[in-house]
Amino acid sequence: MRPLTEEETRTFFEKLSKYIGENIKLLLDRPDGSYCFRLHKDRVYYVHEELMKRAASVSAPNLLSFGTCFGKFTKTQKFRLHVTALDYLAPYAKYKVWLKASAEQQFLYGHHVMKSGLGRITENTPQYQGIIVYSMADVPLGFGVAAKSTQECRHTDPMTLVVFHQADIGEYIRNEQELT
Amino acid sequence: MADLVENVLREAAEKESKYKTTEVNKDIDLVIDVGNLMTSDTNPFNAKSSRSNREKYLKDLARDNTQLLLNSIWKLPTQNVDNIVVAQLPDPSTPIPREKPVPKEKALTKWEKYAKLKGIQNKKKSRLVWDEPSQSYKPRWGYNRSGDDTKEWLVEVPGSADPNEDQFAKRKDAKKERIAKNELQRLRNIARTNKSKVPGVGLTPTDAPSKEYLGKALSVAKTSTASIGKFTENLPKEKHAKFQGKKRKFQSNIGNMKDEMSHQLNILNTLGQDVPIVDKNRAANLHIKEMEESRAKQKREDPDGARKKKLTGKRSKHGRLATMKRNLKKGRGGGRGGKSGGRR
Repeated sequence: MRPLTEEETRTFFEKLSKYIGENIKLLLDRPDGSYCFRLHKDRVYYVHEELMKRAASVSAPNLLSFGTCFGKFTKTQKFRLHVTALDYLAPYAKYKVWLKASAEQQFLYGHHVMKSGLGRITENTPQYQGIIVYSMADVPLGFGVAAKSTQECRHTDPMTLVVFHQADIGEYIRNEQELT
Repeated sequence: MADLVENVLREAAEKESKYKTTEVNKDIDLVIDVGNLMTSDTNPFNAKSSRSNREKYLKDLARDNTQLLLNSIWKLPTQNVDNIVVAQLPDPSTPIPREKPVPKEKALTKWEKYAKLKGIQNKKKSRLVWDEPSQSYKPRWGYNRSGDDTKEWLVEVPGSADPNEDQFAKRKDAKKERIAKNELQRLRNIARTNKSKVPGVGLTPTDAPSKEYLGKALSVAKTSTASIGKFTENLPKEKHAKFQGKKRKFQSNIGNMKDEMSHQLNILNTLGQDVPIVDKNRAANLHIKEMEESRAKQKREDPDGARKKKLTGKRSKHGRLATMKRNLKKGRGGGRGGKSGGRR
């Protein structure tokens, strides 16, 4: 376990800011305690200082997980967000999309979102913007990337993809072994 | 007599009809590049005749142009080589692009770079120099060179030197080492141009090793075993070797949390600064201005056309401007979103 290097912090924040923009500040500077990001086995964990100190006493090979895993660094030093980060992305999301009840299951099985399944979308969403996916009852289901901007969405036919799937809460069942 | 003349004339006419004349008349002279055996025809293409009998038209055209090329070849000076008439072609006048890309400039060696920086210029030295003992010219370097200190039959032992030291062998060794050093530098230059890692060689021999040099030599020698020095025993009172590789350094896991946070906030603030932020309003204004200018220019050049279109044209112009301004207002509303999108 170690703090992120400057380079790592930069790539990590760049990826995170696609979803929550400047709201990363709210994750770093919290009134309810001191939280930090720690790297362990190429994964980035968001953890309370107290818990981090306790976890530091466990030897690295034996430590499976601590705090919340935000994602991992690939071997080419890119950052991938995991669905476990959804709890922290959803409250600060800048761009959101709401799915119709009929499209929810499709998304939770790992499919992209088609125009026909689109319930609502944030105004002025640019293309390829990181976007959080909600059900109509405002339950966060996952996140992805906007394939079309809001303007384009209005004029496309119902079978075109509007959101590319990246992660969904169905992964808690499908990829249980890989998630930490 | 008259018959004879008629016969000759008829025969000539027959011959002429059989073989076309070598004279070809063209409205515009062809550009003939004899050096490349190439002609280019700038005469207008006769579309009508080419449509009616395309094959014949093209064949005739090709024949005529080839004839002109051959005519110009026959005007060139000729030679007779092995009973064959050969024309001497001039240099080609049409530049033809080269097949292969232009070769890249050779990378400078370390010395060349240094010399360039310092403004050192090479003096040309002759390859042969006068050799006094043999009374002849000998090469400056290489085999059988003049002043070769390894080939002398008698060498004086310097006063400070060990009397049992072989001075001949010493000179040969020195030469070998110079060659090895040169080869190493050559390889390093190649490695530098290929941007691969320059291999370290540990230590090169010196005449007067310094204390630091000896320390390095000791640690290199200690680690130069099959087990990278794992089982090499330390001498009594030996200090820890300094000459070792660097280790990665990370910040302390449990350090000052406030410093860590402010550092990360700093990174966050500098995150989107290298990405240019597009000012949509300014871009739209520039575009509108450009459009207006081009329209005004058009009007100045062609006032009739503008007058004809005046009624509809003017209205449409205002209409377009109005929609643009409306869009701009919308854009300002969503300006924040656009900016943050650019920062990704």
